[in-house]
Amino acid sequence: MITELGHFALILAFMIAIVQAVIPLIGAHKRWPGWMAVAEPAAQAQFLFTAFAFGALTWAFITSDFSLKLVTLNSHSAKPLLYKISGTWGNHEGSMLLWVLIVALFGAMASVFGGGLPPTLKARVLAVQAAIGVAFYAFILFTSNPFLRLTVPPFDGQDLNPLLQDPGLAFHPPFLYLGYVGLSMTFSFAVAALIEGRIDAAWGRWVRPWTLAAWIFLTIGIGLGSWWAYYELGWGGFWFWDPVENASFMPWLLAAALLHSAIVVEKREALKSWTILLAILAFGFSLIGTFIVRSGIITSVHAFANDPERGVFILFILAFFTGGALTLFAARAQAMEAKGVFGVVSRESALVANNILLAVSCFVVFFGTVWPIVAEMVFARKLSVGPPFFNSAFTPFMVVLGLIMPVGAMLPWKRGRIGRTAWQLRYVFVLAVSLGVLAWALQTGKSALGPVGLFLGSWMVFGALADLWLRSGKTGRLQRMLRLPRADWGKAVAHGGLGITIFAIAGLTAWEQEDIRVARIGEPFDVGAFTLVLKDVSREQGPNYFSSKGRVEVTRNGRPEALLFPEKRDYPVARMPTTEAAIDYRVARDLYVVLGDQQADGSWTMRTYIKPLANWIWGGSILMALGGLLSLSDRRFRVAAGARKSPSAGVPAE
Amino acid sequence: MKLRRLILALAALLAVSVFAPAPVLAVEPDEVLADPLLEARARELSKDLRCLVCRNESIDESNAELARDLRLLLRERLLAGDSDREAMAFIVDRYGEYVLLRPTASGANWLLWAAAPLMLLAALVIAVFYLRGRARAPKAAEQGLSAEEQERLRKILED
Repeated sequence: MITELGHFALILAFMIAIVQAVIPLIGAHKRWPGWMAVAEPAAQAQFLFTAFAFGALTWAFITSDFSLKLVTLNSHSAKPLLYKISGTWGNHEGSMLLWVLIVALFGAMASVFGGGLPPTLKARVLAVQAAIGVAFYAFILFTSNPFLRLTVPPFDGQDLNPLLQDPGLAFHPPFLYLGYVGLSMTFSFAVAALIEGRIDAAWGRWVRPWTLAAWIFLTIGIGLGSWWAYYELGWGGFWFWDPVENASFMPWLLAAALLHSAIVVEKREALKSWTILLAILAFGFSLIGTFIVRSGIITSVHAFANDPERGVFILFILAFFTGGALTLFAARAQAMEAKGVFGVVSRESALVANNILLAVSCFVVFFGTVWPIVAEMVFARKLSVGPPFFNSAFTPFMVVLGLIMPVGAMLPWKRGRIGRTAWQLRYVFVLAVSLGVLAWALQTGKSALGPVGLFLGSWMVFGALADLWLRSGKTGRLQRMLRLPRADWGKAVAHGGLGITIFAIAGLTAWEQEDIRVARIGEPFDVGAFTLVLKDVSREQGPNYFSSKGRVEVTRNGRPEALLFPEKRDYPVARMPTTEAAIDYRVARDLYVVLGDQQADGSWTMRTYIKPLANWIWGGSILMALGGLLSLSDRRFRVAAGARKSPSAGVPAE
Repeated sequence: MKLRRLILALAALLAVSVFAPAPVLAVEPDEVLADPLLEARARELSKDLRCLVCRNESIDESNAELARDLRLLLRERLLAGDSDREAMAFIVDRYGEYVLLRPTASGANWLLWAAAPLMLLAALVIAVFYLRGRARAPKAAEQGLSAEEQERLRKILED
């Protein structure tokens, strides 16, 4: 019964979205207040109905209602509750429902917080947002309906892919979708502004919180996904340049670019048409990501459904929205002449450089991701483009970005002098170089990767700190520093976080140690500075799996360091084995132990890694997200979001 | 129709599970070469070779049988005294260029490798023209709001 109600609510939401997409648009064109006003209650009602539908599906998963085909295919009565809930979006149909729920959520949020928007712009934004919703409601209802029943319900389900039964992955998709779909909001703002025919500083200010929010969610989502890959896939890789990973990474890069170019629109009324273009492309890449994941056109490690029919549908959505928006853009772009005047050396130019690097690097990732298809279709060559290509083609962009970031972040608006800003950073530079040299002297190998990473990372981290320090005047510096706007802190924290992540990736890649061997029970062996003993391996039973659990004692110079329990699990229902690596997390390094197969003589293969700085990768990502949050909580944005509390809502004279 | 959908759904489920890394280790202890230098070379090269039955995994990471065969073949070639280049060529001859994770720059592939520098160059040229235009733009453009904008600003300030 609840299922049918949910199904019905989804259809109702679809209908409401159609109304919301059409009526306010006509209203805004004809300046009819009543028609424009339809958008707000429609957006909120649409969200409530979709939320009810999603709740109904979740309920079916929690109560293991195997009369639903989707539940049967993706759940099992013995599965822990958390994974029954996360199973709701651990499949194609459910994840699309989550996707459209978030589209509706953002629409509803814009209707609630968009009090300060001009009524026509608001009506148009909500209409465009609803149009995106319409496309996805149709996609769900006509090709991927989650509410289909089975005529003969089975006694039990077929279980969720065990790899997905993990807390890290339970929350990875919702965050990622919040990010992808958050970009639909900036897209709606861009298209609405194009229809409206005006883009000004106020527009830049309205659109920035949404971009920032989307970027924060994407950062968290990607971070969670890579952390999951690190501890779950069994060899401690954290990034594979897999098409699906790239699909989430490309919108992240463009969202980061958009975030920075919207600052120029807001503060200096320049880069307007470029910012609009970025907003369209960023959401376009989100849609491309959806297409890649769900069409099966590119084989990937975590593709959801290889169904051409669905792929064509998404391709159509992609073509309609990006094609339509780009056509509109072509027609209206010349109306957006820039106002701000600035010199070639200025903060504006630094932000242009940032945008070039991020956008081109995104393009490189895109090119590499689709090249196998192009090569096969056009040149009849079957080839692969893998991590080695991306590492060498993408990394230079990040290195240059890191090099110019501290200087660019400190250049004054309008007109600056590189020499002056660089001179302010002289101590930071000396410190970063000495740290790099120190690392070079201390390391055993001759690889430059680690020292260069340390140089770059510390240059970025201390550069961000120096920016805060220099901004806080001459006296009472600490108090003044604490009183700086949150946006300034947000910038410094996010920039420092990127520096930490870059350093961690370089350090981990350069200084990782690996040991592969056949370990006899009770026989100690050395890896780096550690001595490991496999004490025993026991058979254990979990809620829905069996496991061989090793007990590994780790000592260092005779002192106990850690007790680790690497596992090999077997999920009988899903008929799939998984490895559960045991990791001893420390600040400076992770000790990563994997249990392999039992040999004929009773010994076990074992793989041990010492992974220096592993935690720092995600620590840096957390800092980036935190920096975004700090900026988002800045008073200026709350004003911008429509709270109308501050009298200084004009363009800041920075 | 129902059956077809069910089959499709099952196929989707399979698609999810195909990539499942089985718990066996990628490089097994018995594969490791006695000479650490040779082994290090083998590991480096295996990172550039694709496991043909996997999705986007190198033979260094993969635990599939075929990946193991390739790893053993590669080590055999290195033991036989092949240079890195010869060993790779030997494998590409037999398995096709699909096996290379780092595509060569031959034929149309130069486009792939040149894409990044070309795009960067194009972007820089556009940016330089834009920035110079901005620097020279008449000051007049910056001052003065239109009457309508003045009115809006006044309204915003009043709120």
